[in-house]
Amino acid sequence: MAASCVRTVGSFLGKCGNCSSSLNTVTSQLSRQVLSRQICVSTALKKNLAAGGPEKFTVEFIQKQVEEFDIGKRHLANMMGEDPENFTQEDIDRSIAYLFPSGLFEKKARPLMKHPEEIFPKQRAVQWGADGRPFHFLFYTGKQSYYSLMHKLYSKILNIEKHQDRMRAKGLFSQDTKEISLDTSRWLTKEELEVLLVETISSNNYDRFIQLMERLLSMPYCNMEEEFVLHYRRPLEARSKKQMVPVPERDDKGVAFSTSDGRRKTSNSSVVLRDCGSGRITVNGQEYLHYFPVLQDREQLMFPLQFMGLLGRFDLQCTVSGGGRSSQAGALRLAISRALLSFLSEGEQETMRQAGLLTPDPRVRERKKPGQEGARRKFTWKKR
Amino acid sequence: MKYLFTINLNLVCHVRTLHTSGWGQQQEAVAVESEPEPFSVFRTQETDPACQSEKHLGQFYTLPSAHFRPLFPHGLPYRYQQQVKTFNEACFMVRPPALEVISYLKKADYSKPALRYLFYGVKGSGKTMSLCHAVHFCYTQGWVVLHIPDAHLWVKNCKELLPSSYNSARFDQPLQATTWLRNFRTTNEHLLSQIKTKRRYVWTKRESTDEGRPLGELVNQGISRVKSSSDVVGALMKDLRLQSSQPGADFRLVVAVDGVNALWGRSTIKKENKSAVDLEELTLIHNLKKLMKNDWTGGAIITTLSQTGSLYTPKSAYLPQELLGETGFDSMDPFIPVSVPNYSEKEFESAYLYYLDRKWLQHPQSRTEDGKKELSFLSSKNPSMLDRICGFL
Repeated sequence: MAASCVRTVGSFLGKCGNCSSSLNTVTSQLSRQVLSRQICVSTALKKNLAAGGPEKFTVEFIQKQVEEFDIGKRHLANMMGEDPENFTQEDIDRSIAYLFPSGLFEKKARPLMKHPEEIFPKQRAVQWGADGRPFHFLFYTGKQSYYSLMHKLYSKILNIEKHQDRMRAKGLFSQDTKEISLDTSRWLTKEELEVLLVETISSNNYDRFIQLMERLLSMPYCNMEEEFVLHYRRPLEARSKKQMVPVPERDDKGVAFSTSDGRRKTSNSSVVLRDCGSGRITVNGQEYLHYFPVLQDREQLMFPLQFMGLLGRFDLQCTVSGGGRSSQAGALRLAISRALLSFLSEGEQETMRQAGLLTPDPRVRERKKPGQEGARRKFTWKKR
Repeated sequence: MKYLFTINLNLVCHVRTLHTSGWGQQQEAVAVESEPEPFSVFRTQETDPACQSEKHLGQFYTLPSAHFRPLFPHGLPYRYQQQVKTFNEACFMVRPPALEVISYLKKADYSKPALRYLFYGVKGSGKTMSLCHAVHFCYTQGWVVLHIPDAHLWVKNCKELLPSSYNSARFDQPLQATTWLRNFRTTNEHLLSQIKTKRRYVWTKRESTDEGRPLGELVNQGISRVKSSSDVVGALMKDLRLQSSQPGADFRLVVAVDGVNALWGRSTIKKENKSAVDLEELTLIHNLKKLMKNDWTGGAIITTLSQTGSLYTPKSAYLPQELLGETGFDSMDPFIPVSVPNYSEKEFESAYLYYLDRKWLQHPQSRTEDGKKELSFLSSKNPSMLDRICGFL
């Protein structure tokens, strides 16, 4: 799907330069194809397309795609009025999103223009020559890149040992050499290694690989092969976003207050929490007893303050819009919890987080699907 | 007495110092009482509204049962009546609006036209209760109490509508009139025999009430002859009005109307031809409106606004202007508006202690400080809300 997208985009842009003549040839080709198209195919002659495995792309094909991509990139840069020489992938993404705006929720379904290397899965070129002799000496192991990698790794280990011996001979052997920092990265997973080597490996093989790497790292002087090792490690994901604590300000009377927002379903709310001393609450200019006649909504408002035991201390001024009664109460509760963070210590913030007061509720109304009565409910099933 | 003191101190330590001003007085009262009354900081022994003052603010006083039965056959909120039945006692809280009106009633000059007081406030803030408190005061002073429990009841859901015998353009409501006359008789039993009618009333060809007959006879006439009950009501009101205005009258009249904004609103009663009945066409309403005009002396008019029973008014309206409407406001003008707010801190604490004392709050957490704060938050110190929440605790 993505491939066809690229093809259309690339070919579209490629033909921008010379429009009319090529269009005619394309249409004539199409018409010829239409005349010679077979109407039906008998089942005996039909090829089992699935049995072939994943689609195979030849090297020439990939090369042609790369050329088209480069040309298309230049055309795109021209279209956007930017410098074709310094057109990066981010610029490409931006331009495509601008030219082909899409409202689809699934990001992978949107129009895409990336380098063919990233789009087409890596495939092994033919491993043997015209005489049938394989190029690589380890071809008959079945996993040539894996074993060649293991050999390479072992030779590096031997190199390091030789270096160690040399240092010892010179008398400069020291245990405390610079260590490779491994804190911020993790080993490649088995799937990632398979992608790198373009061949399948078993879990035993993977374990052996990791063991050898660890052995390499356990030796002193391993920083000689730092680059090699880091090639096979991936950085750990960035730490989960720490809660942004709203900054408490002081207004003209010297009362500390903090503002924050909250959202739930389709309601948006914003709360100003003042450290006055009375327990008065105003919602959209009305008394909260009048705005939320139902006890349940008022309990939702009360929950953050009561949990921390600060019921009578604060003054709340809330605005809320959208959604229904319950979702407005939920949005206000989230906003109050967030605003309260700035008046609490670290430990108390942690208890609030664990109580679930700071988590925005991700539940939204599920879409109704065609062929069903609602999001999940199906039409009444009739036997006949 | 010593053990009493220690118990009292324990109770006081629980509660903060909000009630210390009244405490000294309570101590004296307790010392005077011969039997050990259950001492509580939120109660006062002063059962006579005339003697209550700012010292008793926020405290509950018990209505003597001798007063309760005649005074309030109607007129109390339904939930409160249930509470009275459960707790076996009728307790009113002394609150500033009622005290204010009582003080005005004490100081007013009754040779001038009747003063109009209007209680207003948000829903459930205690307007009807304040009205009943003021009525209790008037009752203890020996006034004639004309208490209409809810004017809205006369304006909607009328089952029977008769064309009036007195004035053919108007309509009668016999059922409502008879029930009201019965309650009126219960309230003012002792005074009805003393007051005499001033005019002669002819009901039908054969029935009439002469001058100088006791009012009780008039009322009985209305109750027994259902058809003419609305006219009896009208006659009664007129008579009382005339009599109290006279300088030699030995009684004063208090007119207490709950939900007075019904008199100038709209009605949902329909005639047979499905057209809506105009309020002026109802005898009861017409006579009541005549009473509300302050062209008579020797009494007072105490009223409340009510949004809950009113028709075609928005839920958020509670100010006199909004609920009375243009005509209502003009006819009530000039009046003394008295705002009835939600409980203050002290009053809230009183109510909470009262429920605790009556063992109404069973939930273990409701007896803690945190529980009290929660209740205060959830009910936003609104009396009826607090009552509802405590109902299931």
